[in-house]
Amino acid sequence: MKVELTEVLWLDEQEQLSLTELAGLSGLSEAELHELVDFGAIIPVDPGAEPLGFRADCVVTARTACRLRTDFELEAQGLALALTLLNRIHDLEAQLRDLSAQLPRRP
Amino acid sequence: MKYKDYYGILGIEKNAGVPEIKKAYRKLAHKYHPDVSKEPNAEERFKEVAEAYETLKNPEKRAAYDQLGSYQPGQDFRPPPDWQKQYSDTHFSADDIDLSDLFAGLRGGRFHARQDHGKISMPGEDYEVAVHITLEEAYRGTEVELDLSMPEFDDKGVLRRVPHVVKARIPKGVTDGQRLRIPGKGGKGFNGGRNGDLYLNIVLHPHSLFRVSGHDLYFDLPLAPWEAVLGTSVDVPTPGGPVRLKVPPGTHAGQKLRLGKRGLPKPRAGEGDLFAIVQIAVPGVVSERDRALYQQLAQGSTFNPRGHFEQELKNESRTH
Repeated sequence: MKVELTEVLWLDEQEQLSLTELAGLSGLSEAELHELVDFGAIIPVDPGAEPLGFRADCVVTARTACRLRTDFELEAQGLALALTLLNRIHDLEAQLRDLSAQLPRRP
Repeated sequence: MKYKDYYGILGIEKNAGVPEIKKAYRKLAHKYHPDVSKEPNAEERFKEVAEAYETLKNPEKRAAYDQLGSYQPGQDFRPPPDWQKQYSDTHFSADDIDLSDLFAGLRGGRFHARQDHGKISMPGEDYEVAVHITLEEAYRGTEVELDLSMPEFDDKGVLRRVPHVVKARIPKGVTDGQRLRIPGKGGKGFNGGRNGDLYLNIVLHPHSLFRVSGHDLYFDLPLAPWEAVLGTSVDVPTPGGPVRLKVPPGTHAGQKLRLGKRGLPKPRAGEGDLFAIVQIAVPGVVSERDRALYQQLAQGSTFNPRGHFEQELKNESRTH
């Protein structure tokens, strides 16, 4: 059977999503997303704008939030704290990878 | 159908109460949750743990599970003859169903065919898969074929594992950790519900020469001592093909020589840079002639690479 070639969508800063789209893709409710925005765990493109817009890569954070909420039965504040710490770990890991790429491999 | 020992997975006795089940789950979830764990096979282990917890925390599912009997983990088995009659009002084949899919369908003490639930539309599940590609594939873009297996309700509402092949174009510009989404290629929606999405997590294979940092690439450039001192031009590999790199005189070890826009392409437009990290290489075996030349240089040169030690050494000798 011939399998049709599928195009992918980028999840990066160039693509934007509305609050409703982000809720639909992540499994979180709009109210839960608002709470995570209030706690600073998810940052909209323009926090002062209405309606809120998000970079498409926020889907990754929001889906993580949905999994953590379900799997650890976390309430919003605990969830926001966990996400903030996870984001910090990811940033530090990325810095470590960047620095390690710059170190010579051979003696 | 393969048997799974849910009690063994959670590390609890068969008579464990709900608080013990919850405690065991939480402990293992902290250890294996793929969003927080660095354990090998964390995702696989967490799926088992979550599946065991979902079944054992629910008294109806637990009773049905206990009635299946005991087998060795991974052993092929069929539910006892009266089990299906007691717990299910639909037919399912034990050959093409997973234990987790079976228990996911248990409501009100019985397994139901999905069509018995009227016309409620249900969205399909989202799936995430890691896609391993080479640096060369990331540089020029590639196509990947993903063999997936997803639980799906057939026309009669019976749950089955169905193989799915998804062929996707990975555009140039991806790098390690990039996420991509394929709408509608996840689990099938039911009763008009939308299909789930498929998320791809790009993982770059380590390259024998280039190290990746976002869209920038780094590689080691070994130079002979005289090349570093006098300067030279060397042919170096890049993902787009070899280029000639000019090494200026007086280049030192650790210096980064930038080859602009020779790294990985960025999404939509632009390229990262390629950096050559200079290393001063010395021969493992020195010929008599080379040794004589080095000795001649050592005797004639006024270069002192440790000049900055001198003040420190003077200070130390004063204090001792």
